[in-house]
Amino acid sequence: MDLKEVNLSAPHSMGTTIIGVTYNGGVVLGADSRTSTGVYVANRASDKITQLTDNVYVCRSGSAADSQIVSDYVRYFLHQHTIQLGQPATVKVAANLVRLISYSNKNMLQTGLIVGGWDKYEGGKIYGIPLGGTIIEQPFAIGGSGSSYLYGFFDQAWKEGMTKDEAEQLVVKAVSLAIARDGASGGVVRTVIINSEGVTRNFYPGDKLSLWHEELEPQNSLLDILNASSPEPMNI
Amino acid sequence: MDSNQAGKQHSLMGSEAASERTLYPYVTGSSVVALKFKDGILMAADMGGSYGSTLRYKSVERLKPAGKHSLLGASGEISDFQEILRYLDELILYDNMWDDGNSLGPKEVHNYLTRVMYNRRNKFDPLWNSLVLGGVKNGQKYLGMVSMIGVNFEDNHVTTGFGNHLARPILRDEWHENLSYEDGVKLLEKCMRVLLYRDRSAINKLQIAKITEEGVTISPPYALKTFWGFSAFENPTVGAEGSW
Repeated sequence: MDLKEVNLSAPHSMGTTIIGVTYNGGVVLGADSRTSTGVYVANRASDKITQLTDNVYVCRSGSAADSQIVSDYVRYFLHQHTIQLGQPATVKVAANLVRLISYSNKNMLQTGLIVGGWDKYEGGKIYGIPLGGTIIEQPFAIGGSGSSYLYGFFDQAWKEGMTKDEAEQLVVKAVSLAIARDGASGGVVRTVIINSEGVTRNFYPGDKLSLWHEELEPQNSLLDILNASSPEPMNI
Repeated sequence: MDSNQAGKQHSLMGSEAASERTLYPYVTGSSVVALKFKDGILMAADMGGSYGSTLRYKSVERLKPAGKHSLLGASGEISDFQEILRYLDELILYDNMWDDGNSLGPKEVHNYLTRVMYNRRNKFDPLWNSLVLGGVKNGQKYLGMVSMIGVNFEDNHVTTGFGNHLARPILRDEWHENLSYEDGVKLLEKCMRVLLYRDRSAINKLQIAKITEEGVTISPPYALKTFWGFSAFENPTVGAEGSW
């Protein structure tokens, strides 16, 4: 049905908004929840932040199948690595395993990933692994088609040394802004906070988010709006 | 299952059937400019990693030391450059393992890279980079280049990408033997400034690396001042009202 000719020489736009941000003590990962097949939304509540180990998670964008299979392989190898090492794997090792698979199969895979986590040696770290298999450590990373709308936002809003709450608020705001403009992103905002204390998952449905330009407060029905103009009698 | 995996490469670390055609780059680095000066080689590159037309990554280090005597600069696909650095790591490691007091010089490293690039080109599976290899060993300065198709040569100054069109004419005109360090840096900065004005994929954050007999020094990232104060820039159409 979807027979668009893709221009292979330009980078592929990938349905999704994913973000990873470091703060003083750990990392915050965030993502939207829309999985689309062409114009149809196949899953409006997907979980794109996937666990690799107790202390390392990955945000997935691009082909759902490719990102899932890469995550599965990396989880499998990391599990064995953890057993052999006798202690939790570091974020760097997890990220480099993702790179190894992404790079070796660059001709076939179409997935951009953001690996984030906390380990006792380096603290909170974020690694971006875009198409092609480049690995790049960053204080924050954005990915997916929705990220196009966030470069300017982060250039202005990102600050070194944020607190956990500041970082999470930044991530939620950013994903929400991207959802507002990117048709391939939508649904809810999920965040995962990883630090020395552990992992916290949060869920922000649409009604918990701020309204942006030209967005209206959701109502149950037109009838409520019409009836609101003549106040209803009080009930005791 | 174990015996299967032990002998050959694990099947997901590279597929036999897939690499049968030239691929395309995703995250790319822009030009590298390098020249010989009195004490060795100076090399400059900006820190941009472009993703198509988006200037996506702005802290990519494209100049890296390779062993004691060489400096490698790369433009093109960053993931392939990272892989080349891994190959070189292994090469230098094995060289050190001989523990024979000998160490690979820039000429040897350049030759190794040429073989790697050309062999990949022959398999229609190139490493999408243009590499600049500079170094000094036993007083001999060396500066060479290898392209993604294996074309390689040695010269007093080399450039990649846009640098070939914009920086090379400047270098042909102003380079001479026994440049001082200061003059070399100024000349490189002149080239980098022109690239900043005229290359869409250039960013204003660069590093200059120096390699001499003593070793490698890579500068911290810095930005260049640019000049926009021409009256013609402020009033472009003053001489021809109504034009664009």
